[in-house]
Amino acid sequence: MILAKALVKEYTLGGVIVRALDDVSIEIRDGEMVAITGSSGSGKSTLMNILGCLDRPDSGSYELAGEDVAKLSTDRLAEIRNIRIGFVFQSFNLLPRMSALENVELPLLYQGDRQARAKAKAALETVGLFDRMHHEPNQLSGGQRQRVAVARAIVTNPAIILADEPTGNLDSKTGKEILALFEDLNAKGHTIIVVTHDPGVASRCKRQIHLRDGHVVNEPLGAAANPVTEEKG
Amino acid sequence: MLFWTIVKVAFKSLAANKLRSFLAMLGIIIGVGAVISMMAIGSGAQAQVLARFSAMGTNLLVIRPGQRGSGGVMSGTQLNLKLDDADAMLKEAEGIGAVAPVVSGSSQVKYLSRNTRTNVLGSSTTYFTIRTFEIDKGRTFTEAEVDRHARVAVIGPVTATNLFGEDDAVGEIIKVKGINFQVIGVMKSKGDQGYFNPDDQVIVPYTTAMKQLFGLDYLREIDIQAADEEKLADVQESVKQLLRKRHRLQADTPDDFSIQNQAELLEARSSATKTFGILLGSVGAISLLVGGIGIMNIMLVTVTERTREIGVRKAIGAKNRHILLQFLIEAMIMSAVGGVIGVGVGVGAAHVVGDVMALQEVVETFSVILALTFSVGVGIFFGFYPACRASHLDPIEALRYE
Repeated sequence: MILAKALVKEYTLGGVIVRALDDVSIEIRDGEMVAITGSSGSGKSTLMNILGCLDRPDSGSYELAGEDVAKLSTDRLAEIRNIRIGFVFQSFNLLPRMSALENVELPLLYQGDRQARAKAKAALETVGLFDRMHHEPNQLSGGQRQRVAVARAIVTNPAIILADEPTGNLDSKTGKEILALFEDLNAKGHTIIVVTHDPGVASRCKRQIHLRDGHVVNEPLGAAANPVTEEKG
Repeated sequence: MLFWTIVKVAFKSLAANKLRSFLAMLGIIIGVGAVISMMAIGSGAQAQVLARFSAMGTNLLVIRPGQRGSGGVMSGTQLNLKLDDADAMLKEAEGIGAVAPVVSGSSQVKYLSRNTRTNVLGSSTTYFTIRTFEIDKGRTFTEAEVDRHARVAVIGPVTATNLFGEDDAVGEIIKVKGINFQVIGVMKSKGDQGYFNPDDQVIVPYTTAMKQLFGLDYLREIDIQAADEEKLADVQESVKQLLRKRHRLQADTPDDFSIQNQAELLEARSSATKTFGILLGSVGAISLLVGGIGIMNIMLVTVTERTREIGVRKAIGAKNRHILLQFLIEAMIMSAVGGVIGVGVGVGAAHVVGDVMALQEVVETFSVILALTFSVGVGIFFGFYPACRASHLDPIEALRYE
């Protein structure tokens, strides 16, 4: 459950104060698959950073699974990113010189999980790359790399998967495969938030949140387009 | 688990930039190499000095007559050290293990048609134990032979070769100053001492030497072995007081004899070696400092290059201390690898220099551990700032970094 109220975030760019988010309120229930769309400069990256606990809002409140994370310490935010959120990036962002398996088990190692290896293998099996687990990123295709990134995102079994233009660097066929993977994960109960400017990708999601100039348009607080009744366990 | 992954990644990233890593480590390699090789050579030289001193006996006091003359003008050695003095020491001074009176002179020694000029030394049976001479063939002379002024001689291995070549010397008769002596023993070699070769001398009972060979009533020196090495200084003081009393010296008169203490000489030598070591240590410390700066420089470059990686690690849940630890371990591994290579280079260099200087270098475990500890310490110290910088990067900016 994501509950953000009246988020404000400002930047100073060349002496001018830019309000990237201006009074943004969003509610995303567990198990939803949501697209956040908007042109560049609309504030969607800023929103994603705050939703992903990479950044803190200047004002407003943000509750994640009942916990107000707006004012937590840097270390506690790192823990929340580690446990509750899985990131998938446009440019994959796998670590070089580490095998697929080592990349996937890394989030668990930061937790000190003793079953890291077994869980990482299971996650790679979920994305269909069990036979490539000892390959390093530069030995994998773009689609395979993004699958490894998805495996890394789900290995801690987070409630939310936050994807930033996940198909932006892929051809349309592999892009569709990745989206299908997200739909599978959504069916298993993960909340999926996809940040994109591609209408084709956005249309695959059950609900869209549009941002323009730091405001949410056509998305009043609490009005979920497709309310999900079943709660994720 | 996390630790080993970090170590593995650190080694891989070092291997990925081989030349750069090597150049960064070069300062450490040179520093450690210099310290290890110099310490090995220093220890080797010290061991050689020690061996020479212990060949002469370590719990040894040597009493020699003082210099004659006054007002700084020395006009020769006094003839005031007597056999009675030696006897008195054994009876009256405390803590004495053995005493050997010594007389000596240079003389022509003949065997058949062969002759050699060598040092002829007269002493007691205890001389061999005090001066740690060992017998190779035959035997030393006995108390009885000393008492009856026997004409027997124990000769050094060099003298034996000079007179007898490869033949057995024991039992043969040699002529010293025209007097026949029977060779009863040949000593084991102790090696040339530079200023004096203990392997080239003829040792006879002091009674025979004083009465029959040289006609002397004074001694060249008295050698004293302390019963307990720890109490050498006490023995020295006790002997000094005894001699002053026997020579009837007033309280304000300087000694008319000198006492040489082997332990003191040894101490002087080892303190010189210590100074040498401190000097080398500071050279090494400066090299390590420079090496550390090299590592810091390369770590700063690495952190900048891997900004994006740091962002990713933070996004997936790495805390600041995880990032700090990772870069600290990488710096530490770089300096430790440099240290290990440096030890290898140092051992090799010491071997080469040891060969050139004709001494056996001694690589001590202590110096290796010290050098490695220091190089790892340098890695931690100079790696801390870059690692700190990495750990405080903002995850969003780091992720955006191209």
